[in-house]
Amino acid sequence: MHFSTSRGIVRAVEGLSLDVKRGEVVAVVGESGSGKSVSALAIMRLLPRHTSRIPHGRILFQGRDLLGLDDEAMREIRGRDISMIFQEPMTSLNPILTIGLQICEPLQIHLAMTAAQARARAVELLQLVGITDPERRLDQYPHQFSGGMRQRVMIAIGLACNPKLIIADEPTTALDVTIQAQILELMKDLSRKLDIALIIITHNLGVVARYADRVVVMYAGQMVEEGDADAVFHRPRHPYSMGLLRSVPRLDRPRGVKLETIEGLPPNAAKPPEGCRFAARCPYRLPVCEQPPPLAATDTGALSRCHRHAEIAAGRIAWAASGGEVQAGTGATSEPILSVRHLTKHFEVRSGLRGVKSVVRAVEDVSFDIHAGETLGLVGESGCGKTTVGRLILRLEDPTSGEIRFRGADLAEASAGEMKAIRRKVQVIFQDPYSSLNPRMTVGQIIAEPLHVYRLVPAGATAADRVAELLQQVGLRGEMAARYPHQLSGGQRQRVGIARALAMEPSFIVCDEPVSALDVSIQGQIINLLEELQRSHGLAYLFIAHDLAVVRHISTRVVVMYFGRVMEVADRDTLYREPLHPYTRLLLDAAPVPDPTIEKGRAPRLIQGELPSHTAPPPGCVFSTRCPLASRECSETVPPLAAKRSGHFAACIKV
Amino acid sequence: MLRYVGNRLLLMIPTLFGVAVLVFFMLRIVPGDVVEVKLRADGGSVSQATIEMERKRLGLDKPLVRQFGDWMVGLATLDFGISMWTERPVIEEIAIRLELSLQVAIMATVIAVLIALPLGTMAALFRDTWIDYVVRIVTIGGLSIPSFWFGMLIMLSLLAFFNWLPPITFTPLYVDPVANLTQLIWPAMAVGYRYCAVVARMIRSSLLEVLNEDYIRTARAKGVFERVVIARHALRNALLPAVTVIGLEFTFLIGGLVVTEQVFNLNGIGMLLVQSVSRNDFTMIQGMVMLIAAFYVLVNLLVDVLYAVFDPRIRYTR
Repeated sequence: MHFSTSRGIVRAVEGLSLDVKRGEVVAVVGESGSGKSVSALAIMRLLPRHTSRIPHGRILFQGRDLLGLDDEAMREIRGRDISMIFQEPMTSLNPILTIGLQICEPLQIHLAMTAAQARARAVELLQLVGITDPERRLDQYPHQFSGGMRQRVMIAIGLACNPKLIIADEPTTALDVTIQAQILELMKDLSRKLDIALIIITHNLGVVARYADRVVVMYAGQMVEEGDADAVFHRPRHPYSMGLLRSVPRLDRPRGVKLETIEGLPPNAAKPPEGCRFAARCPYRLPVCEQPPPLAATDTGALSRCHRHAEIAAGRIAWAASGGEVQAGTGATSEPILSVRHLTKHFEVRSGLRGVKSVVRAVEDVSFDIHAGETLGLVGESGCGKTTVGRLILRLEDPTSGEIRFRGADLAEASAGEMKAIRRKVQVIFQDPYSSLNPRMTVGQIIAEPLHVYRLVPAGATAADRVAELLQQVGLRGEMAARYPHQLSGGQRQRVGIARALAMEPSFIVCDEPVSALDVSIQGQIINLLEELQRSHGLAYLFIAHDLAVVRHISTRVVVMYFGRVMEVADRDTLYREPLHPYTRLLLDAAPVPDPTIEKGRAPRLIQGELPSHTAPPPGCVFSTRCPLASRECSETVPPLAAKRSGHFAACIKV
Repeated sequence: MLRYVGNRLLLMIPTLFGVAVLVFFMLRIVPGDVVEVKLRADGGSVSQATIEMERKRLGLDKPLVRQFGDWMVGLATLDFGISMWTERPVIEEIAIRLELSLQVAIMATVIAVLIALPLGTMAALFRDTWIDYVVRIVTIGGLSIPSFWFGMLIMLSLLAFFNWLPPITFTPLYVDPVANLTQLIWPAMAVGYRYCAVVARMIRSSLLEVLNEDYIRTARAKGVFERVVIARHALRNALLPAVTVIGLEFTFLIGGLVVTEQVFNLNGIGMLLVQSVSRNDFTMIQGMVMLIAAFYVLVNLLVDVLYAVFDPRIRYTR
C-alpha cells in the first residue's frame, strides 16, 4: 500500500508505504498528530470527502486499488474484507440500538443472512470474544456493558464477516491495564487462528513489543522507520525511534537515572520544515539534514528516513544520556507532612424521588503517610478510588469518616481561615491540561491569580516578575505570559499548571494523572521537571497514576489500590521487585514492557473478569472474585493491611 | 415506567396548586373587577349600591381566602365555576373553543413535522451546499415572519387567485370533514411555518452533531448502506432533541394563537383568553390558566416518556 493524504493545506501523511501479509501483525507507532489514524481512515476511505484529498498513491488490497473503486464497491469491502476497531469503545457503539442488531447488521448486509441466521452467528461471535450468556446479552444496549465488554463487542463486529484485514486504532488506550491485556491477547489469538492480517495503531511501545511482527514508526506525517519488531526495538536506525525508546519509563530496567527525553516539540503540520522533519529536535543534525532524507534500507533490513543511518549502524552515534543520577528521596526520618488514617468515602446514590439509597464505597479504610521531599505513588485501575483520595485530601469532597492530618492539623476540623492557610500549602496538578486552564485568561493572569488572592508578591517586586520567575522555573520563556492556553501545546499547558501550583509556594502537591494525557516524549520532560522541582523546593507529592512504569520512576513509596481499598504498600524497589499481593503481581504482569524479546518469551497471565459492581461489593476480600489464589476464606473476612516484612504491607491472607 | 408516570401525575398536584395560588392572587392585586367593567363600561352612571349588590351576587364581597377556598373546593371536584361575564359554566365556554384550538394545534404540528423532517435532514446531509442555504433562508424566514402576517398573506392570495375565502362559522370535523379541513388548514399552515422552521433547524443541528459521532463512523466502517446509516443510526439519535422542541411549541399553540385567530376570524382559546382578561372575568381566566398549565405539564410528561421510548439509556424506574 502506498498513499498520501492531504487535508486542505495540512499534509497529514506523506509518503507512507507499508505491506501487511495474512496472519501478520503490523504496528504503527507515533505520537499524536503523527498521522497514524488518518492513514487508517484513508485505507477505509472514511475520511470526510470534501475536506480530504489523496493527491497520489495507491492502496492495493488483494491486487485491487481501493482508491479507484466507486463508493458502492468500497462499501462492499468495508466490514466484509476490511474491518476497523476504534479507540473509544464508550462512544463507538450506537447507544439506542441493541448489541444484537449492531452485530447482525454487517452479516445481513454483506452475507445476505436471514435474521435468524445472523442471530445464530452473533451468538457464536459473542462466545468467540468471551462474552458469557450471549443469548441474553444480544438484546441489551451498549450502556449495559463495561468498557472492556464494549470493546469485545466491537471486535465481534469486526470479525463478523471473516475479514481478511482488521485495522485497530488504539484499541486499548481507553482501557485499564488488565483489560488491555485481555483484549490484546484475544485479538492476537483470533488473528492467528483465523489467519487475519492485523494493523495495530498505538502509542504504547509495550503493546507493540508484545504483539507486533513488524513496526512502522511515524513522525510528523512521515514514516521515519519501518522494520521487524526486533530490529526496530533493539537496533533502531533513526534518531527519533532511538529517542522514543529511551524516553519511556520502563518496568524492566533499573530506575534511578533521570528520564531521557526528546527536547522540543513536533513541527507544525501545516508548514513542516523542508528537510528532515525531526532535525529541529535531533541531537545529531548536520547541515545535510536541511535536505529531505530518502527512505533507505539499513543494515537491519529495515527502512530509515535518516541521512546518518549508516553512522548509527556503525555505532558512531549513540543517544547521550541527558541527565545524571537522581538522589533517592530521603524522607522517612521526619514527621510526616501528611498523614491519612482510615479514610473512607461513601457516595449515596439515590434513584427516583423517595428512592432507596444505595451506597457506593468509593474509598474504604485507606491509611498512609507522606514525608517532606518524598513522592508517594498511588496506582490502581479506573474506579479504584485513587482520584477520590486526592479530592478528599484537597477537601474538594468531605470524607465520610477517617482523618487527614496536614502537619498535625486535622483537615476535617479546620475552620475556614485555617483551611485557607492550608490550601496555600496543599496544591494540585490536574490530569487534563486542556480543560483545567481558563481559556479566556492569559498564562500570566492564570499564574498571577493566586498571587493576588493570597497577597504573595514579595515587597519591592511585581506580580509580573514573580510570574516570569515561575515560568522560568518550569522551563517556559517569559513571553509565554501573554499567550492564551489554546496557543500552547499539551506539554506547555501542563507546565503552566505546574507554575500555577508553585505560585502558592506549597509544600505538598497532589498530582492527579499529570502526564497521562501527554505523548511519550513530552511525558518524560514533565516527569523530569517534577523531580527537579521536588529537589529544589523540597516538595512532597502524592502522585496518582494508572501507569505502573511512570509511578515506579517517580515514587519513593507506592500504594496500590483496588476497588476503594489499599492492597499493598511498600518502598518502590521492594514493591516492583518482590510484590506480595496477587493483585499487584497480576497488574505488573499485565503491563507490557517495550522489549520484544522479553514480551514474546513470556506466557500471558491474565486477570480474568472485570471490576465488581460498586453498589454490591463482594464480601470479604474485594479482589477475591478475580484472584487466582482465592479460596473460601477469602470471601468471608476482609483481610487487614498487615506488615508482611519491615515497611511492606499487604492486605491478603494468602501471602 | 408506569410507577414513574404515576409519580409524575401525582407531582402535578403541587405544581398546579402553585399555579392556582399565583393566578388567583395576581388577578386580585390589580384594581378593578368584572362588575365595574360590566356596569360602567359604557360610561353609564350606576349607583355604588348596585355595584355592591352585583358583587355580592357574584361572591366577590367575601374575604379573599374564602373565595380561594371555594374555588379550590370546586377545582377538586372539577367544577371550574361560572363565568362572571356570560354566566355560563367556564368548562362549557372552554370546551366549545378547545376543540377548534386543539385541532389547529395538532394540524400545525403534523404539517410542521412532516415538512421539517426532510428539510432538516437534507440541510444536514448537504451541509454548505445550495440545498442547505435554501433551507436556512426558508427557516430564518419562518422564525422572523410573524404568523399573523403570513396568515394575512395566505388569506389575500386565496382571495386574489381563487376568489375564495374560508367560511366564517366553524364546522366541527365530525359534521363535515371537508368543510372543516378547508377552513382550518390555512391557520394551521400560517402557524405551522414558524413551527416547522424551529423544528427543522433543530433537526439540522442535532443531525450534524450526531453525524460526527464515533458510532456513525463505526456504522460506515461496517459497510452499512449510507441510507441505513442516516435513517437507522443517525436520525433516530438526532430526533431526541427535536421531540422536546415539538412538545414545547405544541403547548404554546394551545393558548398562544391570539392574533392568528383574529386574522382567520376563529373563535378559539386565544381569543377567549384575551376577551376574558379585558373583561376582568376572574373565574374564566383562572380556569383557562389552569387548563393551559395542565397542558404544559402533561405534554412535558409525554415528551419525557417518549425520550424513554427512543433512548434505552433512559429508564424511569420509579
